Amino acid sequence: MRQIDKSFPGVHALKNVSMKLHRGEVLGLVGENGAGKSTLIKVLGGAHPPDAGNIFIEGQPVHIPSPTAAQQAGVSIIYQEFNLIPDLTVRENIFLGREKTRMGFVRAAEEHRKTLQLFRKIGINIDANARCSELTVAQQQTVEIAKALSVNAKIIVMDEPTATLTTQEAERLFVIIRDLKSHGLGIIYISHRLDEIFEVADRAMVLRDGEHVGTQDANDITREKLIEMMVGRPVESEFPKRAISPGRERLRVEDLCRGKAVRNVSFSALAGEVLGFAGLVGAGRTETMRLIFGADKPDKGRIFIDGRKTDVRSPGDAIHNRICLLTEDRKGQGLVLIHSCRENFGLPNLDRFVRGMFLDQRKERQEFSDFVESLRIKVSSHEQLTMNLSGGNQQKVVLAKWLARNADIMIFDEPTRGIDVGTKYEIYLLINRLAVEGKAIIMISSELPEVLGMSDRIIVMHEGRIKGEITDPANTTQEDILSMAIA
Amino acid sequence: MTRKLLSDYGMFLVLILLCVFFSVLTLKEQIPQGSAAAGQLIEQIKNEFRKSDIILTVGAVNKDSAPFAEKLGEELEKEGFSNTRVVVGVPRDLLLALDDIRAKGGGLAAIATSGDVTKWGVIEQIPEKYPEFSGCKVLAPESYMWPDFLKRSNLLAIVDRIVVIAVIAIGMTMVIITAGIDLSVGSLIALSAVIGTLIMKKMGGLQAPGWIVLAGFLVGILSCGIVGGLGGFIVARFKVAPFITTLSIMMMARGLAFMITGGFSIYQVPKALPWLGQGRSLGIPNTVALLVVLYVAAHIFMAHTRLGRYIYAVGGNEEAARLSGVPVKFVIVFVYVISSLAAGLGGCIQASQLNTGTPNIGIMYELYVIAAVVVGGTSLSGGSGRILGTLIGAFIISVIQNGMNLLGIESYTQQVVLGAVILGAVLLDKARSGGGLLVFLKKKMRH
Repeated sequence: MRQIDKSFPGVHALKNVSMKLHRGEVLGLVGENGAGKSTLIKVLGGAHPPDAGNIFIEGQPVHIPSPTAAQQAGVSIIYQEFNLIPDLTVRENIFLGREKTRMGFVRAAEEHRKTLQLFRKIGINIDANARCSELTVAQQQTVEIAKALSVNAKIIVMDEPTATLTTQEAERLFVIIRDLKSHGLGIIYISHRLDEIFEVADRAMVLRDGEHVGTQDANDITREKLIEMMVGRPVESEFPKRAISPGRERLRVEDLCRGKAVRNVSFSALAGEVLGFAGLVGAGRTETMRLIFGADKPDKGRIFIDGRKTDVRSPGDAIHNRICLLTEDRKGQGLVLIHSCRENFGLPNLDRFVRGMFLDQRKERQEFSDFVESLRIKVSSHEQLTMNLSGGNQQKVVLAKWLARNADIMIFDEPTRGIDVGTKYEIYLLINRLAVEGKAIIMISSELPEVLGMSDRIIVMHEGRIKGEITDPANTTQEDILSMAIA
Repeated sequence: MTRKLLSDYGMFLVLILLCVFFSVLTLKEQIPQGSAAAGQLIEQIKNEFRKSDIILTVGAVNKDSAPFAEKLGEELEKEGFSNTRVVVGVPRDLLLALDDIRAKGGGLAAIATSGDVTKWGVIEQIPEKYPEFSGCKVLAPESYMWPDFLKRSNLLAIVDRIVVIAVIAIGMTMVIITAGIDLSVGSLIALSAVIGTLIMKKMGGLQAPGWIVLAGFLVGILSCGIVGGLGGFIVARFKVAPFITTLSIMMMARGLAFMITGGFSIYQVPKALPWLGQGRSLGIPNTVALLVVLYVAAHIFMAHTRLGRYIYAVGGNEEAARLSGVPVKFVIVFVYVISSLAAGLGGCIQASQLNTGTPNIGIMYELYVIAAVVVGGTSLSGGSGRILGTLIGAFIISVIQNGMNLLGIESYTQQVVLGAVILGAVLLDKARSGGGLLVFLKKKMRH
């Protein structure tokens, strides 16, 4: 790929990025969220046409206007969300759209034979007639890989393939990857788990803010150097400091349960402190917070706010009790994307803007103006649709709408996911300021350095349970947290 | 400002263009009728003739010309023109009258008539056949060019035709903004009309006073509201697709309407029934006044109240709305109740217009209503749309139907054209909002 350039409304996502992938090589693609990794991959996969630049495969220029064209060109992309149809069998999924037919009838036997052949090639053993919905995530992933091979892919792109795998499953995946490599395929491996990059990748390519920062042999670079390339400055200044003065208890949760996701969770959060929640994806942290916020119903458990037992039946109740939740899924749950910044800002605050029967829109505008200024939200007007904002500015609109509620308990779920480095720092400063003001801050983050750098206390969860608490984050390492989680 | 208006109500332009289009096509010579035209003629006669002169007012046998001639004759008598004669009929009647005047040996000073009579051959032949009347003047109000489409009576007909659909479209707009759909409204029209008129029949029939009519209307509307509340609850609580829920209600409500009347129409209705659909207050048709009031209220509600904003939020992103504290279930039940109440009111208007309650009215209306909403720029995927846009959409549909009627296009062709226009309007709207057609065309151009 040579000099790929791509812009979206409000974002210059890729700035003249070039990349080279050899046969039989694993190229690790790293960068912070929002650095342009997924955009680059979508350009290669035909999901987004580039504004400028060319793609060459085996020396030939290729034009990839659609996912089908990518497949024909030998590019297969395995996204985090699989493209398997749950109710079809493994075999049917592998041959979806390319069924082997004779006179219109599917030749199931031949497809079955080919499927087994593919599975042998990558050394796995899955029932070809099982429905995909019955498979584990790891199995589904291997089905995706088999599907890629069945179309004679020359290049396989894996986007965060281990995000939802167990350690053993990940190890098995690495074996498959090395095997594919020996067959001469080129593999682009995207992950923000740097250990994995060092384990499987031959070279590491770093993107930052849409620019290609550099590509290094994995053997020639240290972890620290790689992080520095990703964030653009030495790492130790990443988290701003503040004075800590925890006060009285704001929130106490006792024995909260919901199915297998949340099991007997009890903890308390104090005024003036940042309480971090660490754990792997699916540890039950988000689910716990949704119970506290009234978004889901708990099977059992008690919630105390300022020492008073409180029933939180709905998010409306929670807001009324001065709790707010900034969800991890900004686009799906945080914003109404097709509505303007002002309308999104107003949504949880309308009760304060009501005058008589009607809304006082002047007050709404004025208050939003203040936030646009103080949070430095970059919008062309208050009426700009939130779908046209960059991730960082979207997050600021979400922040504004909740800050305007002036809640006492603020839950931040992955507050910096997909956000550029500069804005991240601003959000850290803001969280610190809120803590100093005496609010209880709960912060979920899957980025361990962030949890360690920001929190006064850390609760570690795994498989729905609290596995431990760290009271001295400054003298704790990421490994300590991980070993606590899976101990 | 203009730009925002255009982007919000771009369909308004389409409506204007349609009106201009039909105005041009129906442009025709119009002959003034009524008292203003008569007054003008009388002034002229008073100035030019003596009171003893013989004056003949002539009217052709049609609903405009004959009363005009009669009125003119009466007025002239009153003014003291004692030798005025009135002739209403066919050209032969005029000949007989002329013969009669000649036989009596009087002279003829003037013939006053409406425009259509001046085209009679008899009038042209007067100097030839009746040389003694050659000095007679033919007086008629001056004709002028004006489109049939823009005649007051026609404009009112347009409103009359669309009022039921437009009223229901208010509720439908709200439902569609929440990303729902309400297919039951057509059947609820019938249910409301039947329940309402049945109550009027049972409580006095023909002689029932006005408040009984009002009570019948209210019970009809509220029954629909209850049905809508149930539907909304099923959608909100059990997450059944609105399409299926309201499809079922559509069938049940229609069946119920037939069951209530045993399949017959209800005719023994009070004399006050037509007031709503056909009457006037302060010179304005009640239907027009009702439309204006409802649309202004609905517009203010959607644009300037908390609940209005919640409706948009629920359709834009239900989960985000819920997590912002919006009472999503209440909002959903609310819009279906409003939609059903509007359908109930539509049924009352329809019953009043037809002066009867019939179980088979309102068939297919749900589709016209949805078309009006969509043509008005409301997205079926929810979250966006404007109440006033819907009014424009309803009028676009009505204007097209009316215009084609004026042009004498047969009804089968009309359906084809109407369908094509709805599709075209929506494609245009997509292109304007930067998606759909334009992007597609651009892509095609590039390759």
